[in-house]
Formats: sequence, structure tokens, C-alpha cells
Amino acid sequence: MARHLVALLAGLVFGLGLVISQMVNPAKVIAFLDLFGNWDPSLAFVMGAALIVTAIGYRLVWRRPRPVLAERFQVPGNRKLDARLAIGALLFGLGWGLVGLCPGPAIAAITIGGAEALGFLAAMAAGMLAFELFDRRAARRA
Amino acid sequence: MENFTPVSASIGGALIGLSAVLLMAFHGRIAGISGLFSGMVFSEAGDRLWRLFFVLGLIAAPLVYWLVAGERAPFDLQAGWPLILAGGLLVGFGTRLGSGCTSGHGVCGLARLSPRSMVSVALFMAAGMATVALIKPLIGA
Repeated sequence: MARHLVALLAGLVFGLGLVISQMVNPAKVIAFLDLFGNWDPSLAFVMGAALIVTAIGYRLVWRRPRPVLAERFQVPGNRKLDARLAIGALLFGLGWGLVGLCPGPAIAAITIGGAEALGFLAAMAAGMLAFELFDRRAARRA
Repeated sequence: MENFTPVSASIGGALIGLSAVLLMAFHGRIAGISGLFSGMVFSEAGDRLWRLFFVLGLIAAPLVYWLVAGERAPFDLQAGWPLILAGGLLVGFGTRLGSGCTSGHGVCGLARLSPRSMVSVALFMAAGMATVALIKPLIGA
């Protein structure tokens, strides 16, 4: 139960960060990506602040032998730079630029963004489902 | 450079970082939203319910803000339905294929100095900026 409460709290804090920084507002995100137009660099401060807190916080946390409520730290060990990483990032950036929503804001926005936010989230979930099908086919062929 | 909001952006960013640190400290997990979200369905049984609680917190946040601040958080989406649906599909497929998004690669991965995350962030930022530069003339914004 404690694990789920911590997860709920972490989600709430994350979401409040998205709302206060306006990362949840597509127009704000598009203004950040509009480097060659009327550029609004605000979201660089979102990432910068998040990065500083996380980089310092992780190093303090990793001094402990294990997490408070779990067996071990699960950190991605893959170091390979492959085509999947690159193509995935490019497709994601394309979709992000078309609408101005990335996954976190897409989920948080459904309570304020009306039918359009719900439609985006449904399409995003469909894209994830499509990936799972693609990935299983690829695994069978390999 | 109008509408530049570095203070609220930094406060919001710090909260996102705090959430990532909380999740690592208590669960030992990366706060990568694309993987966390799709894992509600596609991860092993027993590894799903905490994800649902995180997502519920995320969904509740704009409502909590609304209650406390007394005003709805700004949400202004310019794209029409074809772009919304195409964008959603691309974001969903692309983040899973590339193993992460703005949070998993952009915050948690960069904080770990992961080379994969550095490549990912450079590419999705460049692609996002190129897309906006290209579609702005098309949609007349």
C-alpha cells in the first residue's frame, strides 16, 4: 500500500510540475520549439531545473544500498546507440512538434484539454499498442 | 521572447525533478512517463498497479491546481484533428521504439549522463523544432 501511495504522490508532484511550468500547455511547448520564430525559451528552464534536482537527488539516493520500498535500483543498462533509438526519437519529435504534447502532459491534460486531449491520448495509446505488435513480430523473425 | 516565464518554469521543473528522485528513492525506478504508462498494460503482472497510481496522480494534478489556484491551467491546442491523431500515433510509437521521451531520456537519462539519452534528446529536440518550422507556414500560424 505504501508503494502505491508514494507512486500516487510522485505522479501528483510530477503533474503539478507540468502544470506550473505550463509544459501541459501545447501552445507553450510549440513556442519553445519555434526556434526560428517568436522563440520562448521557458521550457529550457523546466528541463534545466528538473535535470539539476534529479542529478543531485539520484546521487544522494544511490548512496543507500537499496530503495526504501523495493529490492533494488532498476536503471537501464543498455549503452548501445542503435537505429531504434534514433528513429524512435525522430518520430517522437515529429509528433511532438505537430501537436505540442509529449506523454506526461498528454496524460495530465485530459482533465483540462477536452475532447482534443482525450483524442491525442487515445492515439498515443494506439501508437504504443502498434509498437508492441511490431516488436513481437520483429522478435519472432530474429 | 514575449511570454518568457523562467521562474514558474524553474519551479515546475524542480517539482518534476523531485518526483523523479522520489520514485528512485522509494521504488528504485526511472520516472519515464512513456514506459511507465505503456507498462500499465504491457509489463509483467505485479508490476502494473503502482503505475496506475502514478498515472492517477498525474491526471489529478491539473484538478488540484484548479482547486488551489482558483483558475484552470492554460491549455491552448492549435492543431486540428488530423494532426492531433497523427501526432498521438507518432508520439506513442516513437517513444516506445526509442525507449523513452522527454522525462525518461530528457530528465532521468541526462541526469545519469546516459549516452543513449543524449542522442535521443538531441534528435527529438531537432525533429520537434524542424517540424514546427515546417508546419507553421502550412497552417498559417
